[in-house]
Amino acid sequence: MPNNREQVVNIRQVSKSFGAMKVLRGIDLDLFKGENLVVLGRSGSGKSVLIKIIAGLLKQDGGNVRVLGEEVNELALKKLQELRLHIGFSFQSSALYDGMSVRENLEFPLVRNKRDLSRKQITQAVEQVLGDVGLLQTLDQMPAELSGGQKKRIGIARTLILKPDIMLYDEPTGGIDPITCVEINNLINKVRAQYNTSSIIITHDLTCARMTGDRIAMLVDGKIAKEGDFDEVFQTDDKRIRAFYNYNFVKQP
Amino acid sequence: MKRPRPAPDIMDQETNIERDVAEAQERKPGKPEVFFSQVYTIHSFVTRFFKELVRPPFERKEVIRQCFYVGYKSLAIITLTGFITGIVFTKQSRPSLSEFGATSWLPSLISIAIIRALAPLITALIAAGKIGSNIGAELGSMNVTEQIDAMEVSGTNPFKFLVVSRVLATTCMLPMLMLYAAFVGLMGAYLNVHQNELTSFRSFFSDAFAKISFLDIFASLSKSIVYGFSIGIIGCYTGYQARQGTVGVGRAANSAVVISMFVIFIEEMVIVQIVNALR
Repeated sequence: MPNNREQVVNIRQVSKSFGAMKVLRGIDLDLFKGENLVVLGRSGSGKSVLIKIIAGLLKQDGGNVRVLGEEVNELALKKLQELRLHIGFSFQSSALYDGMSVRENLEFPLVRNKRDLSRKQITQAVEQVLGDVGLLQTLDQMPAELSGGQKKRIGIARTLILKPDIMLYDEPTGGIDPITCVEINNLINKVRAQYNTSSIIITHDLTCARMTGDRIAMLVDGKIAKEGDFDEVFQTDDKRIRAFYNYNFVKQP
Repeated sequence: MKRPRPAPDIMDQETNIERDVAEAQERKPGKPEVFFSQVYTIHSFVTRFFKELVRPPFERKEVIRQCFYVGYKSLAIITLTGFITGIVFTKQSRPSLSEFGATSWLPSLISIAIIRALAPLITALIAAGKIGSNIGAELGSMNVTEQIDAMEVSGTNPFKFLVVSRVLATTCMLPMLMLYAAFVGLMGAYLNVHQNELTSFRSFFSDAFAKISFLDIFASLSKSIVYGFSIGIIGCYTGYQARQGTVGVGRAANSAVVISMFVIFIEEMVIVQIVNALR
C-alpha cells in the first residue's frame, strides 16, 4: 500500500494481556482512507480485542493507537465520545437493544447525539438508513422477532445512522447461512461506496475476506504474520497460514 | 500440576495464547487477593455513581421511565403483601392482647409495628426480590450481549444512562412504596379490627397514630431511602460485572437479591440502633 495515502488508523507495537494470558504481542497495522482491511485469524487470536482497543472499549498495555489523528488511550471521556461518533462498530452479536423496537434502536444514537434534529428529520434518517440495508419492513418489529442476518444488517444500520468515517465489523458473517453471508459481504462493499467509509473487518471467513478485503492482515499468535492482498497472503510456506486456508475447504470423502 | 501438551499437529498445535490460558488457570489469584480486588471494584463503582450523578447532561426522561417501572409496576405486589401482613399481624396479636383484656391497644401496637419496622422491611425485601433481580438480570444480559459496549461506542455514557437512572429511581421510589405499604397494611388491620371489635374508621386511625411520632416516620423514610439506594446500586453492580453468558446473567440476578437482602438486614440493625439512641 503506497505510503502517501491518508492513514485513518495507525497502530504501533500494541500489546494486550488478560492476567497471564498475552493476547496481542506487538501489533503494527495501518488503515488507509477508503480501504477495506480484513484481519483474519483463528478464534481466540485477539481479533476482537484489537478492534475494541481501536474503539477505546479496551485499553492496550503497550504501544500506540491513533484514530483520525487522535491518540485513543490519552483522550478524556468527553473527547473519546466525540471521536466515537466517527467510528461505527458492528458487533458480532449485533448488540441490538432488546427492550427497544428496530425504530427505537436506530433512533437511539441520533436522539442522544444530535439533539437539534426534529422528529421528522429523525424519522427520515431512520427510514433512509433502514432502506439502505434493505429492511424497511422491520421498522416496528422487536429484535427478538428478527433472523440472525436481519439483526446483523440492523446493527450495521444503527452504526451508519451517525454517518461514521470508519467502520469496524466484528465477525459480520459469523453464525449465518452462506447466502446471507454473501448479502452481508455485498452490504459491506455498498456501505463503503455509499458512505465513503474506511473499514476494518474482523473475520475467519475466507469468502468474506476475499469479497470485501482490499488488503488482508493475518493475525497469528498475537502478531500480524502476513499482510497483503488475498493471494499474496496465502502464497506462503508458513504452515499456520496454509492450514488456515486449507481447512476452510473440506474435501469430499 | 502442569497440563500435558497435546501431540503437535498443524491445527491442534497449541498456540502461545492457549499456553497462556493454561498458565493463567494454574495461577488463579488467592482468596484475599480476590476479596480486596472486589472491595476496590465496588468502591470505584459507588464513587463513579456519585461523580456521574452531578455531572451533566442529566437523564431526566430515563429516570422518570425507571421510576414508573420501579414504582407503578410494583404496586400490585406491594398492595397484596402489605394488606395480608396487616391482617395476619392483627390476627396473631389479638389472642395475646385479649388474655390481658387489652385488645383496645391493637391499633397502636399494629401501627407501631407496621410503620417502624414491617412496612420499610417488607417493601425493601420485595423490592430486592422484584426490582433488584430485574436490574441485575437486565444489565447482566445487556453486558454479555455487548449492548452496553454498543451504547458506549454510539457516544452515550452507559453508566449514566443505565446505572445512575436506575439507582435514582429505586432511591426515590422506595420511600413512596413504603408509605403506600404502611397505608395498605393499616387498612388490612383496620378491616380485621372492625370485623371483630366493631371499631370505627376514625377511632382506629386516631388510636393508631396516637403513639406514632415524627421520628418514627422520619426514620422509616430514611431507612427506605438507604434500602432503595442499596437495592439499586447492588443490582446495577452485579449486572455490570456479569460475565460468562447466560450463566453469568442468572448469577447476577441471584447475587443482586442475596446481597441486597443481606445488606438490608445489616442496615436495619444499624439504623434501629441510631434511632433508638435518638429517641
